[in-house]
Amino acid sequence: MKVLVPVKRVIDYNVKVRVKADGSGVDLANVKMSMNPFDEIAVEEAIRLKEAGKADEVIAVSIGVKQAQETLRTALAMGADRAILIVAADDVHQDIEPLAVAKILAKVVADEQPGLVLCGKQAIDNDMNATGQMLAALLGWSQATFANKVDVDGDHAVVTREVDGGLQTVKVKMPAVISADLRLNEPRYATLPNIMKAKKKPLVEQTAADLGVDVAPRLTVVKTSEPATRAAGIKVGSVDELVAKLKEKGVV
Amino acid sequence: MHFGLTEEQEMIVSTVRSFVENEIYPHEAEVERSGAVPPGLGEEIKRKCIEMGFYACNFPEEVGGAGLSHLDFTLVERELGRGSMALTHFFGRPQNILMACKGEQRERYLLPAVRGERMDALAMTEPDAGSDVRGMKCMGVRDGGDWVVNGSKHFISGADHADFFIVFIATGVDETPHGPKKRITCFLVDRGTPGFEVRPGYNSVSHRGYKNCILYFDDCRLPDAQVLGEVDGGFAVMNEWLYATRLTVATFSVGRARRCFDHALAYAAERKQFGQQIAKFQGVSFQIADMITEIDAADWLTLSGAWRLDQGLPANREIASAKLYATEMLARVTDATLQIHGGMGLMDDLPIERFWRDARVERIWDGTSEIQRHIIGRELFRPLGA
Repeated sequence: MKVLVPVKRVIDYNVKVRVKADGSGVDLANVKMSMNPFDEIAVEEAIRLKEAGKADEVIAVSIGVKQAQETLRTALAMGADRAILIVAADDVHQDIEPLAVAKILAKVVADEQPGLVLCGKQAIDNDMNATGQMLAALLGWSQATFANKVDVDGDHAVVTREVDGGLQTVKVKMPAVISADLRLNEPRYATLPNIMKAKKKPLVEQTAADLGVDVAPRLTVVKTSEPATRAAGIKVGSVDELVAKLKEKGVV
Repeated sequence: MHFGLTEEQEMIVSTVRSFVENEIYPHEAEVERSGAVPPGLGEEIKRKCIEMGFYACNFPEEVGGAGLSHLDFTLVERELGRGSMALTHFFGRPQNILMACKGEQRERYLLPAVRGERMDALAMTEPDAGSDVRGMKCMGVRDGGDWVVNGSKHFISGADHADFFIVFIATGVDETPHGPKKRITCFLVDRGTPGFEVRPGYNSVSHRGYKNCILYFDDCRLPDAQVLGEVDGGFAVMNEWLYATRLTVATFSVGRARRCFDHALAYAAERKQFGQQIAKFQGVSFQIADMITEIDAADWLTLSGAWRLDQGLPANREIASAKLYATEMLARVTDATLQIHGGMGLMDDLPIERFWRDARVERIWDGTSEIQRHIIGRELFRPLGA
């Protein structure tokens, strides 16, 4: 079984995000970019499936600007076997919307015929949480989102999902789209031998136009603004004072 | 000229940096508080480093290392420089002088060191022999086919975790027109050798938890099989293999300075006094400007020294310049960062006071700033006959 892992190049989670002066978005010029952390978890899970003998090949795919090949090299250094880059933008500030990404991925799936697509549940830049679901719908495949545990067994997979208030276990028919949640696993560090090998692994480049997918935005960003700064709190001396203050605020 | 890193180098840098941020930073406060590495943590770091294939990455592939170039290895050391030295010590980089091991020494010392099974420590300094290496008093005297060694070594870093020691010992004296000159031999000494003892050393203000020890030799008998290199050939192995260790101090200083600088930059942008961010005062922003300029300069100077070694070009003067400049830069950057933080910079709630303390030793060990200046001056004037 082939496993396809879509990985997105996003602003590094350690970077303090700055809104552009004109409010049109977030400033990404000269900012450290990394693989979306949820996608890293998906790559790790795919490699573990391969190590467990349940997958034969792990293919990483990234859609966006040309520089996303750095992200793909990271996936290769972690242990993916080969990579596909779909160039769909030439400006880092141009985000490809989930539907366009899902359509491109559907084309890649048609080409590669993987038995499983393992993606991150969402990208930490826009927090859309939509691509995996849209892809499953376009393909007519089963889907299991927010995976906390994945157990692939022949023609089906048992997936424990993180849902509000607890865990839910579902059994899905393969092929399937599974999206990784935070606690699915702890991604490994790239090993030095794999870093050295990464460049020798195949990385194929295509464009969205090659695949015949229109990536023109359908959504309009009206405004981007910084979150309101939190006001300083107060210290209370006793439980009575706390209750009084809460009543004063009309909270209780 | 090309100033960019290759994709592999970028990945090496980002992998080591994430390792330091995730596996080292969280334990630093505990090491500082207790002055020791928590039990088991060193082994844990070592295990992860071996799994990642980074252990002994400074060694050639034919002995089980990763065969990194000087430049690649300098980048690894730079990222490790960000973290506590007591902890990054277990991200093992055995002394590359072990490449001088011959015959069965390879099985006993070199290969186990590269595999992470045995840890080494290097011993040269003595109470009366610091920069003046030849002034050493630790002396071996021939007795039959063996050497009987008496004397002591101090400031021996990493000795508390070492299974064996690479020790420089005087093995004779030559009379020369400039007076008596000691002959030096390098020995491999196992922990537990009769007549050899490792005792706790001093408490240093720099690198808490990265302990230094005192080694005592009391009629310690060492056969010729323990000689690394040739008898009386200590300076030859030293010059061949310890040449590049100054680069590791330089690049450590660059990595540490960058971490420190991030604190200074963030604090200057956030801290408000007199109704505005202190970064808006040129007294602060000009300091920040000088800091990043010096850090970049030291970084390039150091990387170019490593590059020269890889190219087989003469590098002695350049490495001395890098060690001198980078360590003195670190002193200025840590001091300025502390000044920007004001009183809070001195408190151990922030790591700034620690960076400032740690920086002090960098200008002293692996050849003081004065020794580096001496080397630079000598290299420049020798061809001119002065």
